[in-house]
Amino acid sequence: MPTMRSLLVRGMLVGLVAALLAYVVAWFAGEPQVAAAISIEEAKAAAAGEAAEPELVSRTVQETAGLLTALLVYGAALGGFFSIAYALAHGRLGALGARATALAVAAAGFVVVYVTPILKYPPNPPAVGNPDTIGRRTTLYFAMILIALLAAAVATYAGRALSPRLGGWNATLAGIVVYAVLVGVSYALLPRIDEVPGDFPGDTLWWFRVSSFGVQFVLWAAIGLLFGGLTERFLRQGARAEALLHPAGTA
Amino acid sequence: MAQPAIPASRPLPVTIPVREILPWAVFAAVVGLILIYFVGAEQGATHLISGHTVHEFVHDGRHLLGFPCH
Repeated sequence: MPTMRSLLVRGMLVGLVAALLAYVVAWFAGEPQVAAAISIEEAKAAAAGEAAEPELVSRTVQETAGLLTALLVYGAALGGFFSIAYALAHGRLGALGARATALAVAAAGFVVVYVTPILKYPPNPPAVGNPDTIGRRTTLYFAMILIALLAAAVATYAGRALSPRLGGWNATLAGIVVYAVLVGVSYALLPRIDEVPGDFPGDTLWWFRVSSFGVQFVLWAAIGLLFGGLTERFLRQGARAEALLHPAGTA
Repeated sequence: MAQPAIPASRPLPVTIPVREILPWAVFAAVVGLILIYFVGAEQGATHLISGHTVHEFVHDGRHLLGFPCH
């Protein structure tokens, strides 16, 4: 059985590797959209006769070291959280082995922590969003993540409670329905944010959002696949060592 | 624990007791939340360090990871 400490270390290291892969998507798909949005922002400021903002951090640093650091820090944090969720799921998802468990946890994490919040409050490029409402928008975004996590906890509890009566498959479906209903109700109750300027190019906005989705998708997919592969290998080695120490019949 | 030793077949996962996970979960949550705070919110909606340098440094990552930036 893997120790909790080794799982956490594995999760955080795998998160760093996943961040490197996510950087490739961010660089090739995301940065062109960010650059387009910033040039719109600058053109607007110039047209309004505003002086150019002083550059505290150059664009070159922002799109290389800054972006990479942000992804690595976020990846390590996600990897840590992932390992805890994996440890709770390990051996508790029917007959799923390490690789399938890791992939299931990663898929659930991606949907709960990223997809659910952004369907209500989608990511925006620079030049979109009123600086005066940053506090409110940040609060609503983090609140949406928290609600999604709570909904997932309730759904998991419901699914597990129903599983003896409905069987694993139908209990999982019931849990998903519970999650969808809770999320749907919170979508309906929480206020909408409508701050995209009318003249902002829809194409740039769309591809920025698709890029953001791609960055997060690669991050979660890489964490799930790498963590599952490494844990499976660790368990197999453990089983082989066990078999050598206690050959069949002597155990 | 008496288990039949079957080499190289799929090892059936043994659950990890929640008691053992809990302290590590608290540790990972504290470290993870601090890290995510600096990437996702510092010098945006709120700040611990004055100025805009942290915000500007992680700027592109904050946008692309989906956090409200400014």
